[in-house]
Parts: sequence; structure tokens; C-alpha cells
Amino acid sequence: MALEKLHAHRGTIAIVGAAESDELGKLPHKSALMMHAEAARNALDDAGLKAKDVDAVLSTGRQTANDVPEYLGISPRYLDNTQMGGCSFIAHLQHALGLINAGVAEVVLITHGESGYSWVGMGGGRGFGADTPAGQFELPFGVGGPPTRYSLAATRHMHEFGTTKEQLAEVAVATRKWAQLNPKALMRDPITIADVLNSKMISWPFNLLDCCVVTDGGGALVVTSAERAQSCKKKPIYVLGTGEASCHSIIVQMPRFHVWDAAVMSGERAWAMSGVKHSDIDLAMFYDAFTIVPILALEALGFCKPGEGGPFVANQRTAPGGAFPMNTNGGGLSYTHTGMYGMFSLVEAVRQLRGECGERQVKGATTAVCHGTGGILSAAATAILSTDR
Amino acid sequence: MPDDRKTSDYKSPLPAPTPETKPFWDGLKQRQLRIQRCLDCKQAYFYPRNLCPHCLSKNVEWFTASGRGKLHTFTINHRPLKNPPLEPPFVVAIIELEEGPRLMSNLVGVDPDPAKVRCDMPVVIDFADVTPEITLPRFKPAA
Repeated sequence: MALEKLHAHRGTIAIVGAAESDELGKLPHKSALMMHAEAARNALDDAGLKAKDVDAVLSTGRQTANDVPEYLGISPRYLDNTQMGGCSFIAHLQHALGLINAGVAEVVLITHGESGYSWVGMGGGRGFGADTPAGQFELPFGVGGPPTRYSLAATRHMHEFGTTKEQLAEVAVATRKWAQLNPKALMRDPITIADVLNSKMISWPFNLLDCCVVTDGGGALVVTSAERAQSCKKKPIYVLGTGEASCHSIIVQMPRFHVWDAAVMSGERAWAMSGVKHSDIDLAMFYDAFTIVPILALEALGFCKPGEGGPFVANQRTAPGGAFPMNTNGGGLSYTHTGMYGMFSLVEAVRQLRGECGERQVKGATTAVCHGTGGILSAAATAILSTDR
Repeated sequence: MPDDRKTSDYKSPLPAPTPETKPFWDGLKQRQLRIQRCLDCKQAYFYPRNLCPHCLSKNVEWFTASGRGKLHTFTINHRPLKNPPLEPPFVVAIIELEEGPRLMSNLVGVDPDPAKVRCDMPVVIDFADVTPEITLPRFKPAA
């Protein structure tokens, strides 16, 4: 598609409601659907809209597209259950843009709810069948989960570029400093680089504090046309650019282990649609399932050259008071990580751009970039948001 | 690292071959690493598919790879898995075969120590008969 055609979509839709579920954390008294529903209700309230105003529901998890609308008593005319991993909700924002601009829907509800820690109301089995590509070509070798799989990319990045474990730890330490400013964050005790390096070894090169927390929770967004947004309760946050891409599913098929190709593709689209320059970005919300992931995102999205992500995050550059505010809610590393964290990167960006973040507010922030990983760096999705169209 | 598990006691996840992957798993039982290549675009590929992922041609064939390659990347897994294939910590490896394609495996015959395991080190296949039905492709440092 011609990039000029994409640019015509800049600022045509806005996020008018953004919220988390009533609680986040370790919640054995909440099912996944309960948290979808709480977040949806809170986001609609934030927007000043009712359930009857919603004409499309975009959601995913372990359910069908019908389940969340049924639970909420909504009869949508458009459903989307795109499941590409944790960045799905960022991709749903691009899908909402297509729907709204095609006239298929006007008010789009995007929901997330996951009992990632307590595993309540999550349905059947957890893993991959033994007859799937992952079941045949990965599980027999003891990969056992995301930390082992993501670490394969970290090892090659260290080999190619000389990235160090200390640089990975810088991300964990800076993110924890943001979490200390967020009352909703799960982990708020200060940590040092030495603490990260001395924490329990999980899967070399990742220690425990290189890995995200595991929680229960939900989040939701209400999205509508820029025109309709003018009559909603709060200041609209405009979507200037979006992108999504997928380059593999199982990690062994990753084209280049030291370069996040899906993110490069996703970012190219978002920058082109938005016309925004890197120097215009006040805030980066980069999905941090593991410390290597924001480093790969910084490189893939062009904030630094390939291989320079490690030096980029050194000296606490992304911490409160640093030159590059990143993951100001405390990220997946310290605030919450239900399993599909992408929703929370969007909720935080909306709040920052509205100036609702209290102690952790990035002063004068007008433009943010949200970017997430899906699967094992398999997919990526990007959104550039702003207070102005 | 020695694998001291008896074949009959093997509890770790096993693959369930599908029609397009069965020749690969059958080959391993016969001490052959069979993969596929496209007769149109001439590229080898893995995992097994009924068409070429480079050009979608169905004009593909099986062949026996050399079993030699390089350790492209790895992790040393310390996680307490319920039924690990090897005693933790062990090396989960991405092997780049000399024919081009990559596959996941375990690196054995070397201490699971980041000072001793290196990206791009040469490796060679080491067949592991874990059950009467399944032989897994493991790799060890090349002599």
C-alpha cells in the first residue's frame, strides 16, 4: 500500500476511554471474563458512553469472539478475535481504525482480561498440542516457556553486538523506579543492577529480575471517530499512526535472532502514517516481557542503530528524570503482566497524554509511542498517540 | 552431560508426528537427519511442510542432511520443569545446519556454562533414542 494513502488516516480516530480492571495483581477471586467486564465497564464510564453505544467488540484471550459481548450483554455488528499474542490489543487499534474509517463501526470496544497467575476461568489446557509445530519441534527440547525462548534472542544479540547483562539490568532497574511512583504496581521495592545480576538464574542470560511479573488483571479501551470523540467525556487521544506485522510463530523460525524484523515492519507503517519524527516522542511504552525486548524495540523502531540498544539504555536513561521516559507505569517487569500486556501500554499512554499520572507524570507529554511483542517476538504492533490530530 | 534417564521412564514432552513431518521422525529412528528442499527454488527448509516456504512450490523432495552445523544461539535453562528432557541446567540450542535451515535441539557433551558454550561453535548430530518410537536430534561439539 502506498504510504501516502496511509498518511491520510492520521488522526482520524481517537481513544476516548481507557481503564484497567477494578484490581490488578494476584486475584484468585476473579475469573478472566470478570476482568474483561470490569475493564470494559470502567473504560465506557471513562468515555461517558453506554454499552448500547458499542457496535464492535475486539477482544482476545482463550475465548471465542462471542464470549465477551455475551458477558457484557452487547450485540455487536462486528467482532474481532485476532490472537497474535500480547500485542494483539495494539493491533486491534489498527483494526478499529480500518473499521471506523470504512463506516463498518463507530464505537469500538477493545477488551483484555486474563487470570495469568491464578488461572481462574481460563478454560482448557495451557500449552501446545504435541502435534503442533511447537509441540513437535520445540517442546521436546525442554524450552518450557517464554523466558527460555526469548533468551535465545538475547544471547545472539549479545554475541553480535556485545550487549551486556549489565545493560539488560539497566532496563529492570529503571522500570522499577517508575513502578515506585505507581501505587498499582506489584513490585515497588528499589533494586540495583547488582540485585538483578544476583537474582536467581532462570535461563541464561536471564536472571529472575530480567523477567516480567505474572499477574491477573484486565484493561479496555473505547475508540471512536475523531468527530464523535469531541462529544465524549474527556480529552480525546488521537491515533496518529499504527502498524502490525508477523515474521514467524515458533522462535526457531525467527528470521534473524538479533534483529526484531516484525517490529521493523510494524514501526515503518506507524511512522509513515503518523508523519511523526523520533524527536517528537515524549514517552515510549515498550512491552517489556524481558529486559531484552525494549532494547530490540529501540533498535527496530529507529531510536538508535542496530546493536546500540544496550548503550542507549545505560546510565538509567529511561528512568524517571532520564532523557527518555520509558514504561512509566512500571512495565511488565514491575507493574503488571497478565500474559498479554499490550493493553496496559496503551492505557498508560492515554493517561500520560491526558496528564492523569500524578507523581509519575511526564511533564508536558503530548506524543507517545506504544509498541508490543506477540508470541516470541513473532508479531509486533505499534501505535503513535497524541493530544493533537 | 550424560542423560541418565532410562528409555522406558522417559516422561518429557514427545512429538506427535503429522503426515508431513513423519518422514523426519522416521528418519531419525534410522540415524538419518532427513529434511526437505525445493526443486524449483533450490532452497532447503525446515520444519517439514508439503510446500516450499520460500516459493510455495509443491515440487519438493526429502534428502539426508550431513548432521553438521553451527550453534547459532542458545540458552542455559535452569527452570525447574516438571519433566525436563535433561537434568537442569541444560542447553537449549538453535542449530544452523550446514545446508542452511535451523532447528531447535539440545547441546550435549559440554558443560552448561556460558564460558564454554559459544555462538557459532561447530556441532554435529547426536541421536538420542528416548522411547522405542521417538529418536530426538541432539547435537554435541564437533571433534
